[in-house]
Amino acid sequence: MTSLGTPIAAVGDSYDSRTNITLRVNGREHKLAVDPRTTLLDCLREVLHLTGTKKGCDHGQCGACTIHIGGRRMNSCLALAAAHDGDEIVTIEGLGTPGHLHPMQAAFLENDAYQCGYCTSGQIMSAVALLGEPVGASDDDVREFMSGNICRCGAYLNIVKAIQQVRHGK
Amino acid sequence: MQSFNLVRANDRSAAIAAGAQSDTAQQGASVRFLAGGTTLVDLMKLGVERPEHVVDINRLGLADIRKEPNGDVFIGATARNSDVAHHPLVSGNYAALSQALLAGASTQLRNAATTAGNLLQRTRCMYFRDLASPCNKRAPGSGCSAISGANRSLAILGTSDACIATHPSDMAVAMMAYDAVVHVQGASGGRQIPLMDFYVLPQDRPDVENVLKPGDLVTHVTLPPRPAGERSAYLKLRDRASYEFALVSAAVAVTLSQGKIASARFALGGVGTRPWRVPEAESALVGQAPSEVAFRNAVDICLKGARPQSQNGFKVELAKRCVVHAFKQVTN
Repeated sequence: MTSLGTPIAAVGDSYDSRTNITLRVNGREHKLAVDPRTTLLDCLREVLHLTGTKKGCDHGQCGACTIHIGGRRMNSCLALAAAHDGDEIVTIEGLGTPGHLHPMQAAFLENDAYQCGYCTSGQIMSAVALLGEPVGASDDDVREFMSGNICRCGAYLNIVKAIQQVRHGK
Repeated sequence: MQSFNLVRANDRSAAIAAGAQSDTAQQGASVRFLAGGTTLVDLMKLGVERPEHVVDINRLGLADIRKEPNGDVFIGATARNSDVAHHPLVSGNYAALSQALLAGASTQLRNAATTAGNLLQRTRCMYFRDLASPCNKRAPGSGCSAISGANRSLAILGTSDACIATHPSDMAVAMMAYDAVVHVQGASGGRQIPLMDFYVLPQDRPDVENVLKPGDLVTHVTLPPRPAGERSAYLKLRDRASYEFALVSAAVAVTLSQGKIASARFALGGVGTRPWRVPEAESALVGQAPSEVAFRNAVDICLKGARPQSQNGFKVELAKRCVVHAFKQVTN
């Protein structure tokens, strides 16, 4: 169990109350006192310094902040940290390590499924979740169910290839 | 984001008592229930919603999806949109609802967004979301920027001189076609509200969007059983093939008997200030053989009184083609 002491207020410049929570992130427990306004995204990045999760639009439109909560992919920018007290959270940092990449991370590398890389952690978190969801397996299905992750560089073609490669275990 | 006090409700009565402290359950409420947060947190960041108290209702056991003894399908207030869409009770007999849910938002949002939150989601009218613009829905009496502004995506039905904001939900359109009933617990007991009577038209008070009063907690929605052999579908037309709000959408349901329409339901999305359903338009189909003429006649009745704005006149014809196409799909 890790206690980081008093965290920095991630958003806003004044607050009059804090909420005590336990965040379970990538298998570790963090006891925190957060301003209720703090989103999971800000908490992960600014308090726990897990900066692999990216802030794009901050309004649930781009998918860069995608993480897994209770095994399901969600936008961490629209989730209040205090509302996820005790929930099991996985971020890109919990998926693999530089020496032991998750197969999806390896497939993104192999297929050149990114350019600038800003959306990539969100794409990978979505892609990993997608393969466990009750939806179709065609390329069109992948495109449909990955539509919540925007890539301004336009790496979509190779993102689909990477996901299908992992699906088919090649 | 304005500061607020966050509490987790441990039981329904505590949530209801907290909600009842607010002066209104509509725009400007000082107490808001938090479910998935996909609308509320977004609008709080924009400053459109500024509650002083937020009550987390996610641990009240309101997420069930099940069949009731009377045959109704029960869908809990905090059942996630993904869970509803993929549940066999829904995808089996209420195909248009499953399709509507999957046509809305992204998987990430559907995994968080809830049944009640979807019913109560707010318009995507850009002026509502922009604090710099006059908007009667956000700031009553300030004026409507959309009527003389960018109104291509906005409503042609149920509008007023004060507001032309489109209701954004896909789910509610399908639920309305299926005669859904909204179950509410409030400070003075429980009540059941047919979804047809749940939303109110903007008239001169567009900040009031539905019949909920302070403390009212939506607990679940029920869907009555469907006639045997009914076929239904949801067709959504939009600027982008995925992850976009509807320009026009239609939920249709029909049963045929000896080549004639025995029962019909349809509701429109993307065109009204609330999901749009006109029972007389459905009655006009009963006894008819399925045909383009019959479907167009019905949708003409449904669109009666349509009042296009400067940029959205195309929605009238698009709505007709959408309904005809959807009915053709389920009567072939």
